[in-house]
Amino acid sequence: MDTFIQQLINGVTLGAVYAMVALGYTMVYGIIQLINFAHGEVVMIGAMVAYSVIGVLAPTGLPPLAVIFLATGCAIAACMLVGYTMERLAYRPLRGAPRLAPLITAIGVSIILQHLAMMIWSRNPLAFPQIVKVESYDIGGATITSVQLAIIAIAVVMMGGLAALVYRTRLGTAMRATAHDPQVAGLMGIDVNHIIALTFLIGAALAAVAGVMVAEYYGIAHYTMGSQLGLKAFCAAVLGGIGNIPGAMLGGVLLGVVEALGAGYIGDLTGNVFGSNYQDVFAFIVLIGVLVLRPSGLLGERVGDRA
Amino acid sequence: MTRILSVVVALVLAAASGCSERKAPPAGKVSVVIGSVAPLTGGIAHLGKDNENGARLAIEEANAAGVKIGGKDVQFDLISLDDQADPKVGTTVAQKLVDTKVAGVVGHLNSGVTIPASAIYNGANPPIPMITGSATNPKLTEQGFRNVFRVVGRDDQQGPAIANYLAATVKPRVAAVIDDATAYGEGLANEVEKTLAAAGVKVLPREKGTDKTTDWKAVLTKVKGESPDAVFYGGMDATGGPLLRQGRELGIKAVFSFGDGSCTDNMKQLAGEAADGLLCSQAGIPPQAASTKFLDAYKKRFNVDPILYAPFTYDAANLLIAAMKKADSADPAKYLPELQKIDYTGATGRIVFDAKGDRSDAEMTIFTMRAGVLAPIAIIKSGKTIKYEDFIAQSAK
Amino acid sequence: MPEALGALKRHPAAPWVGLGVVAAALLALPFALAAAGTTWVRITNLAILFTLLSLGLNIVVGFAGLLDLGYIAFYAVGAYVYALLASPHFGIHWPFWAILPIGAAVAALFGILIGAPTLKLRGDYLAIVTLGFGEIVRIFLNNLSRPFNITNGPQGIARIDPVRIDGIDFSKTDIFLGLDFSGPIKYYYLLLLLVVAVIFVCLRLQNSRIGRAWQAIREDEIAARAMGIDTTRLKLLAFAMGATFGGVAGGMFSAIQGFVSPESFVLVESIMVVSMVVLGGMGNVWGVIVGALLLSYVPEFLRFTVEPLERQLFGRTLIEPEVIRMLIFGFALVLVMGLRPGGLWPSAVRKRELSARDIE
Repeated sequence: MDTFIQQLINGVTLGAVYAMVALGYTMVYGIIQLINFAHGEVVMIGAMVAYSVIGVLAPTGLPPLAVIFLATGCAIAACMLVGYTMERLAYRPLRGAPRLAPLITAIGVSIILQHLAMMIWSRNPLAFPQIVKVESYDIGGATITSVQLAIIAIAVVMMGGLAALVYRTRLGTAMRATAHDPQVAGLMGIDVNHIIALTFLIGAALAAVAGVMVAEYYGIAHYTMGSQLGLKAFCAAVLGGIGNIPGAMLGGVLLGVVEALGAGYIGDLTGNVFGSNYQDVFAFIVLIGVLVLRPSGLLGERVGDRA
Repeated sequence: MTRILSVVVALVLAAASGCSERKAPPAGKVSVVIGSVAPLTGGIAHLGKDNENGARLAIEEANAAGVKIGGKDVQFDLISLDDQADPKVGTTVAQKLVDTKVAGVVGHLNSGVTIPASAIYNGANPPIPMITGSATNPKLTEQGFRNVFRVVGRDDQQGPAIANYLAATVKPRVAAVIDDATAYGEGLANEVEKTLAAAGVKVLPREKGTDKTTDWKAVLTKVKGESPDAVFYGGMDATGGPLLRQGRELGIKAVFSFGDGSCTDNMKQLAGEAADGLLCSQAGIPPQAASTKFLDAYKKRFNVDPILYAPFTYDAANLLIAAMKKADSADPAKYLPELQKIDYTGATGRIVFDAKGDRSDAEMTIFTMRAGVLAPIAIIKSGKTIKYEDFIAQSAK
Repeated sequence: MPEALGALKRHPAAPWVGLGVVAAALLALPFALAAAGTTWVRITNLAILFTLLSLGLNIVVGFAGLLDLGYIAFYAVGAYVYALLASPHFGIHWPFWAILPIGAAVAALFGILIGAPTLKLRGDYLAIVTLGFGEIVRIFLNNLSRPFNITNGPQGIARIDPVRIDGIDFSKTDIFLGLDFSGPIKYYYLLLLLVVAVIFVCLRLQNSRIGRAWQAIREDEIAARAMGIDTTRLKLLAFAMGATFGGVAGGMFSAIQGFVSPESFVLVESIMVVSMVVLGGMGNVWGVIVGALLLSYVPEFLRFTVEPLERQLFGRTLIEPEVIRMLIFGFALVLVMGLRPGGLWPSAVRKRELSARDIE
């Protein structure tokens, strides 16, 4: 039983990680129907910048939490810059283009970001400095660490904050209006370009925080870390219904739990014919199953058929 | 219009690539080109660069010392290519080296790439000698290619070496074996499982990740539930480090052991305090034992310590040069027979090849991590385990 | 002078002469390339394989408008079927003309299996599901070594038989009419034949009832159904046809490379093929070919020229060639899409769409 609880904890934490990254995907998609393939790379840059800042600040004797906050702040700033540049230079020219064009651009941007990161931070897997003491707590025989709790808490706060922003503020209303119909929103006096840029900035900030948390949790940062994470998070966003904020959270957690339980139990369930090597397959099967039954994702709205 | 343009472009490319890449050698010297191939981008790019550095150091030292072949002064040039750890790219760059008519090749890194590439070098006329400093899969030298060599041990030697050491010293009742589902990781893990099972250890069903896995918690939680005394992981340090760290975080008390892919100093950074006490194997004797000369030279030239296989690629490049000197020719057809018979001592010890191209009587070293430093504790040679201190004492005689 | 050219262009034999010139150039190409190195013939063969893949994906994405991000799975299936039936792995050594159709048929079957659950999905959801299927196929290929060893797992299947026709072995060099026909050159001609056949099929499909029905589905599926088009059957047909071409390409890949492993069929490859189709001009057969050739040749061209260029300009290697290569590649993608979002050679429909938007 304690194994089960442990797997649940593993899964929920992993899911929270996915959810944090998925929120960025879902935000951008909600506004301009773009799958921002480069989002995973922005997460990576957040982690790398934080790595550098912590490397500089840690020896100065500042309290560890302060160092982490400062590092996250710098990461957010850097990622926002990257996000804004992406939007302005790569995506804005493609506003009216056929839907697949921005996808290819995103792929190009992702390649550029990865290799710039490789040039700046080298090819080596970087050990993320563990300056905060990690506490472990016991729950029914299983262990949960302070980092895991922090990740879950931050993910929930992020989602809450984002939902509040989108549903309770004027800015949020403007964003929803732009998402619904950019032309009419423009006619209503909303500066559509401004709103879209802001969306990217917020998405980038979320990515930065996610990057720092992921690097802290696993202790490792590498210039290729964005692609795998980005892909899984994108699946999570779609699972929950892309464009839907609570959906991203739900999708993320669900995906994480499915992966953890799958890895833990497929072997036992199938008499070791299929083992943990099929955990990704398991996750994808669940994803496909859900989408077949609910073609717009778990919480997605039934959008009318757009060409 | 655009299509004709692309055809024209294709022809122009073909013509343009005729431009030689080599610098013209200083007057009076003959140029001999050696190729080095490794993944220089991707998840294990740091290991690939390490390989390239080893070969480069050897070439530069040879140039500095001044080598004469066939009565003429020779300038060695290194062409370094990136195979991205992808067999498709590997075969393309292998073909490129064959077309460039290099005199020899040091590479590749991954077994999964080296095996198909070796067929290309073998298909050249004459076959180009290829020495790998890192591909450990036995299949490489089972293909019957006479131009293929390796200076590192094989997985079917390394696996039993560490497995037997585990069985003898840790004496586990239950062991877990995990791999990263790559040709190298799975191959090594299979050998370890076979040996452990033969030694009477209960081996749990195989768990797998991928070569990109960072979250091992689910797999490790399952393993923890069976209370193993030992865990073996076949894979590289980028995934092995997180595995070890997370294992200890979950409270797994077993001894963690690894193959050569995770037997690097990086493990200290990646796993933190969890790294102390780990066991790992390397094919060959440790650089500490063999050649401080190499370590110093490497550090001076590259400002970093070698990570893993650099001593082996260093020896590989030097082997090619030594064979050329012996045959007094850089023509592969002429120096290949010398390479097959060579007896050479380099940074990794004495090297002699057997009929298949494997290193004869390859020693395996078992390391442990003590206070953040990898320290050799035993040498396995011809199936016998010798304590490290005794080995040093023996070879000092 | 221009009037003379104009008159020439209108001459009834002009298209045939033009075709003849192109055909002659294509037939002579491998020998011109071989002069620069057999590598270029190999690269060209890979480029043709990617062209086959792009043409196949074009049917799914360009004609029928179904975004498939897991297309490489069909390539993998075709490659593995070939490998299993012509290698020491099972000890079966069937001739190539028997295996290729089987590979194509199995791939088509997979196309239907993958297409069937996705019929109700739109756009990006479809993309994710097909991506998922692509990964599922690859993971199975990587792990079907226990309990029964079907695919040999990550070690892959080696020593696959090369193509042998009439006693001519495609992996060896033969001298014929005073010319050196190396292995890659022989494969080049076989691939050229295949790609010409596939182009022919695609062009005929495009202008057929099926092609127009696909176009209708792509533009507005509900309206198409209202017009009496059996969208289910046609979508499955698109998947199956696209998969077939992928399977054929996969089989050839196996034979040429002599070795297959799951590493060659990762997600990045699917994305590469999508990039080729979109960059070239989705829906336009010729555009897609341009896209495939460009994205196959440009990285290789960069691999050969970046380092010497750096040395010439800066006297030493400032930034490593592999990094520059990928950076240039990424910038090229962004630039091309920014300047020509319809692709380098958009289809006529796309052009109309893009210019119509400006009027609004």
